[in-house]
Amino acid sequence: MLRFLLSRILLLIPTFIGISIVSFGFIRMLPGDPVLLMAGERSLTPERHAALLKLLGFDRPLWEQYLGYLWKLLQGDLGISLKTKIPVAQEFLTLFPATIELSLCAVIFAIVLGIPAGVLAAVRRGTVFDHSVMGTALIGFSMPIFWWGLLLIILFSVTLQWTPVSGRIALTYFFQPVTGFMLIDSLISGQAGAFKSAARHLILPTIVLGTIPLGVIARQTRSAMLEVLGDDYVRTARAKGLSTVRVVGIHALRNALIPVITTIGLQVGTLLAGAILTETIFSWPGVGKWMIDAISRRDYPSVQGGLLLIAGVVMVVNLIVDLLYGLTDPRIRYRS
Amino acid sequence: MKSTKLFGAALLMSTMLAVGSAQSKTLVYCSEGSPEGFDPAPYTAGTTFNASSKPLYNSLVQMDRGTTNVVPGLAESWEVSADGMEITFNLRKGVKFHTTSSFTPTRDFNADDVIFSFARQWKKDHPWNQYTAGIAWEYFDGMDMTALLKDIVKVDDNTVKFVLNRPEAPFIANMTMDFASILSAEYAAKLEADGKKDMINQQPVGTGPFMFVDYQKDAVIRYKAHPDYWDGKQPIDDLVFAITTDASVRTQKLKAGECHVAPYPSPADIASLQADPNLQVMEQEGLNVGYLAYNATQAPFDNPKVRKALNMAINKQAILDAVFQGAGAAAKNPIPPTMWSYNNDVQDDPYDPDASKKMLADAGVSGLKMKVWAMPVQRPYNPDARKMAELIQADFSKVGVEVEIVSYEWGEYLERSKAKDRDGAVLLGWTGDNGDPDNFLAVLLGCSAVGGSNRAQWCYQPFEDLIQKAKVLPNNDAREPVYREAQAVFKEQAPWATIAHSVVFMPMSKKVMNYKMDPLGSHRFDGVDISE
Repeated sequence: MLRFLLSRILLLIPTFIGISIVSFGFIRMLPGDPVLLMAGERSLTPERHAALLKLLGFDRPLWEQYLGYLWKLLQGDLGISLKTKIPVAQEFLTLFPATIELSLCAVIFAIVLGIPAGVLAAVRRGTVFDHSVMGTALIGFSMPIFWWGLLLIILFSVTLQWTPVSGRIALTYFFQPVTGFMLIDSLISGQAGAFKSAARHLILPTIVLGTIPLGVIARQTRSAMLEVLGDDYVRTARAKGLSTVRVVGIHALRNALIPVITTIGLQVGTLLAGAILTETIFSWPGVGKWMIDAISRRDYPSVQGGLLLIAGVVMVVNLIVDLLYGLTDPRIRYRS
Repeated sequence: MKSTKLFGAALLMSTMLAVGSAQSKTLVYCSEGSPEGFDPAPYTAGTTFNASSKPLYNSLVQMDRGTTNVVPGLAESWEVSADGMEITFNLRKGVKFHTTSSFTPTRDFNADDVIFSFARQWKKDHPWNQYTAGIAWEYFDGMDMTALLKDIVKVDDNTVKFVLNRPEAPFIANMTMDFASILSAEYAAKLEADGKKDMINQQPVGTGPFMFVDYQKDAVIRYKAHPDYWDGKQPIDDLVFAITTDASVRTQKLKAGECHVAPYPSPADIASLQADPNLQVMEQEGLNVGYLAYNATQAPFDNPKVRKALNMAINKQAILDAVFQGAGAAAKNPIPPTMWSYNNDVQDDPYDPDASKKMLADAGVSGLKMKVWAMPVQRPYNPDARKMAELIQADFSKVGVEVEIVSYEWGEYLERSKAKDRDGAVLLGWTGDNGDPDNFLAVLLGCSAVGGSNRAQWCYQPFEDLIQKAKVLPNNDAREPVYREAQAVFKEQAPWATIAHSVVFMPMSKKVMNYKMDPLGSHRFDGVDISE
């Protein structure tokens, strides 16, 4: 198991270097530079343009800039945002808890609804229930996030007034973030009603962000379950006289979970991408919205740092998923 | 940092206690984006100024709310010397800086603060010139202040004299701009001593109508009314910016009562906002212009008759309907109608394809092929350049001119469109900085801006003489007729097809009172009240 873990961790190093090159290169491949975009319609003289590029250190050859970046990176320095002049890592860490909170809620929402729906659809294969679950999953998977978000806002927030339109908590609550997770901070603050307000603000963004993973997980669970339910050992378990709940819940589901876990792991990348749109719709102060803004401004340090950190998170999650395989399936553990 | 935050919370608590059981008046503004920082001078974005210079700071002179008239700010009065080279500001006495979590001022505002605020932008060796690595003073340099200023002299604690290298009538208007906000030299000295210079951009201290309380990045900014504001305490107690970047969501928030004011609605939402009984929608023509600039150095566009003929081929009304969807007004001058010196006597080129065709033939132009550049981004003065270019393409084809539409990434577009030998006419526009006509006419059409912001590459001596003359005249009454004449010359020479000025809509709750739309497009909440 230790070797398995070490080999996976060692693999992270070249991946990380690769990502640093890609994130460094991609944003620079886009035409236009931060100085031009800062000036907008106001034109700059070529001298001033050059002087500003020099001031920001973008006049040096690319390889030199990259090595400088890598050297700072090794010291844990991601640079300073061109926009706010605040260290990128500090900005990222301020915003990241909001993204994690939202993504976690969305994953939990998708798992809690998706797995049982998939299992039931498999068990009742070919029934109206199966068709309606799979049909709904397909619709959820194909739903444009932006449109879906606005639709929910108009129905639940404006017409029915059940949920707030956007934000993380009602503006009447004011306390300093301790963990950055609003659900926890609102509890710590001790202000009456704060937790309820934070939870209410999470409902719609969670549904919107969780819709696609929910569809994917439900479909994946169904097909994995169908495969497993036809296996010999399930028939044996049934022949032994075990209850359906036991056969499906313990014997079949556990074996069907491997591809489902893989899917959930892969959804983390999708979630972070989806978070960009969801955060924009719900004015959710997370890293997704921040990255989009940084890209449009060619804020090189923010884009590089942000991509690197997000990629880091995806890599760690995939590592955890790899380890979970080992826990779920002894064959993987023994093979490695 | 932590103690600061605790203090911030304590400050708000104490305020809440102080007002006792009485409900404090809070105005929530759903702003369209996050500020880049709270020191206005290094930035150029209106969103940043709305959150920094407007609520937190004052400048020596300022715009009267809702107009482009210059009125006293931190200077009670000012005198311009006979030669126009020296401007002496008499500073207001007894002006208090904000007392915040991190700073308690020991003295009132004085000349040292003025000198500090400008010297840090001007002098490269000033200890605050690079208080954060890579900081640039975009507006100060953009307005050519470095070349303009000769000296800033502290005459006494309450008098400051600006000595210029040349007379410059727009100087006073420049002093209303956001980069000219006055910061506290005492606060700066304290931050420097504490080794926390960059906090000036994160925990601002000014003399403005509101004080900074807290900023939760990309989410909420909180201010409270400055209790000792020199112009009297504000009618509202708390001002909250709820940052909401999506226009449709801002509209929904306004309808749901989650904010009182929400700027920049989508054109598609305006009708439903106007129909809402709880809302009012103000509107005003923006201080901007969208244009199509020919390249006046390239044949056949070097011939004013050809340019004029092409202008007459453009169906402006169709553009206003399709591109602006009612949120635009036809432009005939290069400056907007809300700006002083606007020449309403100028006749716009009529839409007349037949006459246009004939004029082109008379000028010996046939089978003309040209490029029209369409911007890849949405701007206030042009919400959809691609569509606009397509309409122009269709219009020009009716007079026998074949148009190829080209576009580049925004940064590239700005850069390439400056080239003197640029192939084609370019769609672009401008939003005013300081309400002075010079800021449009000289910046966009002056000879020195050729190869830069003069996208028409048009240097026409009679026009140049007029704008240079107006620049040095002592007052606006004397300048006005000269600018009016300049507009007439512009129209006759037609370096651009002037297309539209956008109309800015400002939806808000009917509870909001005394809000005035700013012709310069900023959002100010001083003087604004809210009914219970």
